[in-house]
Amino acid sequence: MKEQVEKIRAEIAAGIEEAKNGTRQALFALKMRYLGKTGEISALSKGMRSVPAEERPAMGKLVSEVRAWAEALFDETEALLKKKELQERYERERLDVTMPARFAETGTLHPVNIVKKEIVECFEGMGFEIFEGPEIEKDYYNFQALNIPADHPARDMQDTFFITDELLLRSQTSCGQIRVMENKRPPIKVLSPGRVYRSDSDATHSPMFHQMEGLVVDKGITLCDLKGILDEFARRMFTPETKTRLRPSYFPFTEPSVEVDLSCHNCGGKGCRLCKGTGWIEILGAGVVNRRVLENCGIDPDEYTGFAFGMGLERIAMIKYGINDMRYLFENDVRLLKQFKD
Amino acid sequence: MKVPFSWLKDYVDIDISAEQLQEKLFSCGFEVEELKYLGEEIDRCVVGRIVRLEKHPDADKLQICSLDCGEYGGDIRIVTGADNVFEGALVPVALDGSSLHGGVKIKKGKLRGVESCGMLCSGEELGINEDWYDGAGVNGILILKGEIPVGTDIKEVVGLDDYLFDIAVTANRPDCQSVYGIAREVAAVLKKPLRPVDLAYEAEAFSTSERVRVHVEAPDLCPRYIAHYVRDLKIAPSPQWLRRRLALCGIRAISNVVDITNFVLLELGQPMHAFDLSKIEGDEICVRRAAAGEKIVTLDEKEFTLNDKVLVIADAVKPAALAGVMGGSGSGIGADTKEVLFESAKFERANIRRTSRALGQKSDSSSRFEKGVDAYTTGIAINRALHFIDALGCGRIACDRYDIEEKAAEPVVVKTSCARINALLGIEVPAEEIKDILRRLHFNVSAKGDALTVTAPAYREDIEGYPDLAEEVIRMYGYEHIKGTFMPTAQVTGGGYSSAQREEERIKRIMRGQGCNEIITYSFISPKDYALLRLEEEGERAIRIKNPIGEDMSLMRTTLAPSMLTTLVRNVRRGNARARLFESANVYLADEMPLTDLPREEKRLSFGVYGAGEDFYTAKGIPEAIAAEYGVRFAYEAAEKPFLHPGKCAKILFGGEEIGWLGALAPDIAEALSLETEVFLGELDHAKLQPLLAGTLHFAPLPAFPEAVRDLALVCGEQVLCADIESGIREACKYVTGVKLFDVYRGGQIGEGKKSMAFTVTFTPRDKAFSPDDVDGYVRRILKTLGEKVGVVLR
Repeated sequence: MKEQVEKIRAEIAAGIEEAKNGTRQALFALKMRYLGKTGEISALSKGMRSVPAEERPAMGKLVSEVRAWAEALFDETEALLKKKELQERYERERLDVTMPARFAETGTLHPVNIVKKEIVECFEGMGFEIFEGPEIEKDYYNFQALNIPADHPARDMQDTFFITDELLLRSQTSCGQIRVMENKRPPIKVLSPGRVYRSDSDATHSPMFHQMEGLVVDKGITLCDLKGILDEFARRMFTPETKTRLRPSYFPFTEPSVEVDLSCHNCGGKGCRLCKGTGWIEILGAGVVNRRVLENCGIDPDEYTGFAFGMGLERIAMIKYGINDMRYLFENDVRLLKQFKD
Repeated sequence: MKVPFSWLKDYVDIDISAEQLQEKLFSCGFEVEELKYLGEEIDRCVVGRIVRLEKHPDADKLQICSLDCGEYGGDIRIVTGADNVFEGALVPVALDGSSLHGGVKIKKGKLRGVESCGMLCSGEELGINEDWYDGAGVNGILILKGEIPVGTDIKEVVGLDDYLFDIAVTANRPDCQSVYGIAREVAAVLKKPLRPVDLAYEAEAFSTSERVRVHVEAPDLCPRYIAHYVRDLKIAPSPQWLRRRLALCGIRAISNVVDITNFVLLELGQPMHAFDLSKIEGDEICVRRAAAGEKIVTLDEKEFTLNDKVLVIADAVKPAALAGVMGGSGSGIGADTKEVLFESAKFERANIRRTSRALGQKSDSSSRFEKGVDAYTTGIAINRALHFIDALGCGRIACDRYDIEEKAAEPVVVKTSCARINALLGIEVPAEEIKDILRRLHFNVSAKGDALTVTAPAYREDIEGYPDLAEEVIRMYGYEHIKGTFMPTAQVTGGGYSSAQREEERIKRIMRGQGCNEIITYSFISPKDYALLRLEEEGERAIRIKNPIGEDMSLMRTTLAPSMLTTLVRNVRRGNARARLFESANVYLADEMPLTDLPREEKRLSFGVYGAGEDFYTAKGIPEAIAAEYGVRFAYEAAEKPFLHPGKCAKILFGGEEIGWLGALAPDIAEALSLETEVFLGELDHAKLQPLLAGTLHFAPLPAFPEAVRDLALVCGEQVLCADIESGIREACKYVTGVKLFDVYRGGQIGEGKKSMAFTVTFTPRDKAFSPDDVDGYVRRILKTLGEKVGVVLR
């Protein structure tokens, strides 16, 4: 029997060597042949009955040793083959990870509306509501109530499109001031964005463009408050270092009126092509709400004061994103639109 | 407003440079749009004396000049072809390496073998004419007058060493539309005294009123009218200093009387007119409204038929001038004019503006009147003009005048306080500073404690109340003193978007999620756009702009589709392989025409797609994404639109109501646009989407029992719609929670005129788990219903 055990041992050792280059199925078949229920090692155990009783313990030990050895060897080999197969699978399934991905590209907002959204986000946190008035507007709201009577020279500042003698395409979002103040008592904090129209068309003018009007009316509002709000706006829209500069100007619906310049975010105020060497960029008009405008809306100018500001969104988009011709903004070429991920 | 630096210095001692003055003006509200150095083109051109003249050895017409140019050389030899030069003459010498008007560069060179070290200049070569310097207009070398040191820069001699400020004057400051008006601001900002203008003249003992009768019949349009008689005129050229002043401002000198009126216009901003009395019939001047149908031919020989909105200056018979705009034909001052009536008037600016626009007739006078002339200056200006008539010996001046005075020329008085001014500004400007600034600007200030009584100068018609004074104070005190504060006195407010605005933003987010890029297009479109889409009838109902930029931008759109199509086509033509676009914008809908009230403005969502992989169903995915986001179902029905493919067009319904449409562009229109790719368009009505958005979110409990899923391949006739089967399946079994088509098959195994549609149907149990038999039963019920309703059988 001992010889038989040694023979089996030698066979298994040889078989394993061969199986190392084969499949796991072949290995399994080999394993069954020796270790299966009807395998040769099992047969040895069964054959124990014919071994003389005094030899049985020694033989039994020998058989169980060879079984343990064979099991360990099969397990080890199986693990080896498994590892090898996995390696082969890895190789087989190896991808070119540099090939293009498939994904649904997200769309974009129009740059002008990105600017609008950013401005709204800046001011809504300060308690500004958003009001949108009609685009086809009455002369009264666009001009008269804003202290611009018929034949006032300020009407020449903007060439207006008319629908009838009384109805026009609003030339400014300032009409929103009147519509808000007619329907609401102070405290008022409102932003009024929207399309406006002027008969003008070149690289920096478009017959339709967008403005954003801001209005605050409350007790004790001062020019310094206007400056403070605009400082905050400038920092958030451009860079934390951006500064504002006020200088005197004229609008019929504010007194005093100011032009507001921002320190050039491109050169930090040193002077560059963007700011034409001045270090400043003209960005919006503003001022203390004219007493007559408050009166026109039934608000007592001795009790309340306020400020208003208005800016062109295309202009801000052009400055912020370095777009040199306003017409690009209305061509809507997807190659431009896709650049404006926000 | 063009203002020469040298002219400002007549009134104010300016001890800073032109560039520094530009800064000062900027800070107090006068932006200098251009600061031009008049001599910028001229370099290395100096005064030289011709010491010796010799004939050129090889050319009869050339002479060789030996010039003494002082420090630039005592014997500079220059060859000239001019014949007006002589020994001893002082002439402008362009030295070697100099530059002249028009960018001309002068270099040393040889003329017929003789070296010439520069060029002698004519006035034209310096860019000046007779008005700048006597002799500058002659065809030859400019011969300089008087004794000038040789070597002096020519710019100093001929008046080119000067700056011209082009100043933007805001509409509220017509008083600054003049050199003197700007000088007042300069004096105030530099804290220097302002020299008054000389208004003195000598009158003689004859009377205006005996010569001519003047009356104003329309005082509402002519608040002040001054007429002064001048006779025994000697029409002659103006002195050179006066002509140069006009030339600096771009006005050509004509004759002394005309030049004086132009000078006063520039200096004080008052347009003046001089009527040749020999052409005034009936010795009468009447300022009145024109009679309807009355005619006038103006100086520039244009005829106008007038109406009662036009103000005229008429004699006894006819209009002699369009008031404030232009004189009548032949009424101009000629060489033989002997007596004139000088007019200095304030015409109401709105009326001048209307007249000028209505007649299409503009002049320096009308544009000045449109900006506004103050009644105070009207009075000053006539005296200034008469001062020059006297000083220049142009004629004899009557001892009296008509002055039909503005009744409301009362100066504005504002009662306020330093505290109030500072409260508006938000800073503490010292009281003394406030008073000083106002006084520097010629306001009369009387103070009692903190209270101020401020009288505005008569020419400041823009001053109404204390905010105007606050503005005067801060623009002089300096805006850099305004320090930002954060509304410490304001109440807290809520802020943010309204719900409709929030939902618009949400829909935009959904669109972006669908890979759509937002576009913005003009609100006005062309009648041609409507025609292209066969929507002419709709186009006729569109609101029309009275004064559009062009016909192509004349109609306020009633649909966003034409703009979307134009944008898609532009992208196709530019070679962009694909696009998914959307726009959220208003359409403008008139309930009646012509409009008497505001029209309806309705927000629409427009979308358009083209490119590889796009078809009707990917386009349909856009509204479906919105429905999915809001957790609702839209229905689609085949429909027709004039511009869409009749087989690929659907209306979109929600709750039975039509809320939009989508489809493929009609192939013939695509062909007309040379489109080779199919494009898909759609539009949704935001307002009708609103009810969708009203709901709030609720958690639906997860199914307690597993769902069952069955795939059913159903054979039916071609005419059967997917929606019919879908609704049939849903109706047949209440446990159906999902029906999704995943395949359509046509072919031999199915039979002619039939199709097989494969659906995945999801059943969700409610109170207890399904047994396999349950689901089989549901499927049988579904098949039975479908068989009865739409003739469908299981494949």
